[in-house]
Amino acid sequence: MTHTLTRVRTTINGEAVEFLCEPRQSLLECLRDILGLTGTKEGCNDGNCGACTVIMDGRIVNSCLVLGVEVEGREIITIEGIAQGGRLHPLQRAFLEDMAVQCGFCTPGFIVAVKSLLDQDANPSEEQIRQWLANNLCRCTGYDKIIHAIRQAAAEMQEVKV
Amino acid sequence: MKWFDYAVPQSLAETTHLLSTHPRARPLAGGTDLLVQLRSGAKVTGLVVDVKYVPELNDLSYAPTRGLTLGAAVPCCRIRSDQAVRQAYPALGEVASLLGGTQIQNRASIGGNLCNAAPSADSAPLLIVLRATCRLAGPVGTREIPVEDFCTGPGQSALQSGELLVSFHLPPPPSHFGACYLRFTPRNEMDIAVAGAGAGVELENGTFRSARIALSAVAPTPLFVREAGNWLAGKPANAESINTAAEIAKAAAKPITDMRGTAEYRRHLCAVLTRRALEAAVRRAKEARA
Ligand SMILES: Cc1cc2nc3c(=O)[nH]c(=O)nc-3n(C[C@@H](O)[C@@H](O)[C@H](O)COP(=O)(O)OP(=O)(O)OC[C@H]3O[C@@H](n4cnc5c(N)ncnc54)[C@H](O)[C@@H]3O)c2cc1C
Ligand code: FES
Ligand code: FES
Repeated sequence: MTHTLTRVRTTINGEAVEFLCEPRQSLLECLRDILGLTGTKEGCNDGNCGACTVIMDGRIVNSCLVLGVEVEGREIITIEGIAQGGRLHPLQRAFLEDMAVQCGFCTPGFIVAVKSLLDQDANPSEEQIRQWLANNLCRCTGYDKIIHAIRQAAAEMQEVKV
Repeated sequence: MKWFDYAVPQSLAETTHLLSTHPRARPLAGGTDLLVQLRSGAKVTGLVVDVKYVPELNDLSYAPTRGLTLGAAVPCCRIRSDQAVRQAYPALGEVASLLGGTQIQNRASIGGNLCNAAPSADSAPLLIVLRATCRLAGPVGTREIPVEDFCTGPGQSALQSGELLVSFHLPPPPSHFGACYLRFTPRNEMDIAVAGAGAGVELENGTFRSARIALSAVAPTPLFVREAGNWLAGKPANAESINTAAEIAKAAAKPITDMRGTAEYRRHLCAVLTRRALEAAVRRAKEARA
């Protein structure tokens, strides 16, 4: 039996992108294997770890639980789209400076997830941050340094605004 | 995942046609159960029918005289932040904030939660105590059933072949009504209930005018404990009545022992959670505006 691939037109990190995929391929597979955007990671492949987090039409989703064909006409932001003009995002700098990264496998998912939180709420409480990140697992850091880095970045971003 | 085709119907008629002409077709809403199950091989399909663009499945509208229409595919993030839901059905907003974490809530629907028919589905007990009905559409037309009749076994529902869940209808909350769903999980977030209890109560001069109690994860389906609510009707809204109703709920539970907990432990949890859910529902009913 011959199967035909589906053409998907979407926007990724601000650029119009067109790709061919099988309907059964997840957005995560499409990003990594078809488009070469390997910053988004596969941890569990079943929705639990958040390593595959991307922003779809302004909301974070686990790209392992989205089909590639579902993103037709949508806007996707991946970790590759977080740094702007060759400059790291304050979150990325804070993660580096505060050593919120150990093996780094969970880091893209955390940064994408928190970027979306800070876009909605510039000054979240620690509890709000932890609640927001319930779907992001890290097996190295014990989370405290991640939370610290996020608060650091949020404070810095507010200073810049004033 | 095995090969499947993908369709995105834009109307209800087109959707029921696809579902009834492809025997192994499966509806896709947020995919938070379906894609996991297709990947693991627990489910197979030849055609995934994305139901998210059907207007009736996306409806979320409230009128004080009519109540709430909740489209089966509306994601939890929309329910959680809806102003009418927050005011008229606060417990529904809470359940929408309870499924998984942020990423899951941005995709998962209440319709999918019920259609998956897990005994642990957190939305089911609350929908039961809120007297929700399900509107189903199939090749031969539409029908309505009470939500407590929807699940028929683990992973099994009243849906006939080719049929889909279109929406829920929740009657307007009566005056002095309160509801609450509580579950027990070892972790606060991102965990499956060991047991859960929902309670909905209507008060009148310090007595229960009516009450409904339903449990999750302690029977092959979400369990409506009709007799516990019936017993409460006419009784004073005090600790003694609440404790007795909690014992009735405990006696109705038919839990199993598995890795999340023993049957005995689950029975114990039924009484504790029912009591606490009733207490919270009574508190809310007292605060509710007439
Ligand atoms: C990490 C994680 C954490 C979770 N935590 C919780 C939790 O705390 N509590 C909880 O209760 N659940 C939890 N879940 C499961 C929960 O996300 C799902 O039950 C969800 O609500 C299903 O909705 P969906 O829109 O994603 O459905 P889908 O996955 O798209 O569909 C689910 C099933 O219903 C069918 N279906 C969907 N829509 C319809 C329709 N309109 N008519 C007929 N059939 C339909 C599908 O074919 C499929 O069989 C969790 C899941 C994950 C991955
Ligand atoms: S890889 Fe998607 S949530 Fe873990
Ligand atoms: S740094 Fe290793 S998993 Fe988070």
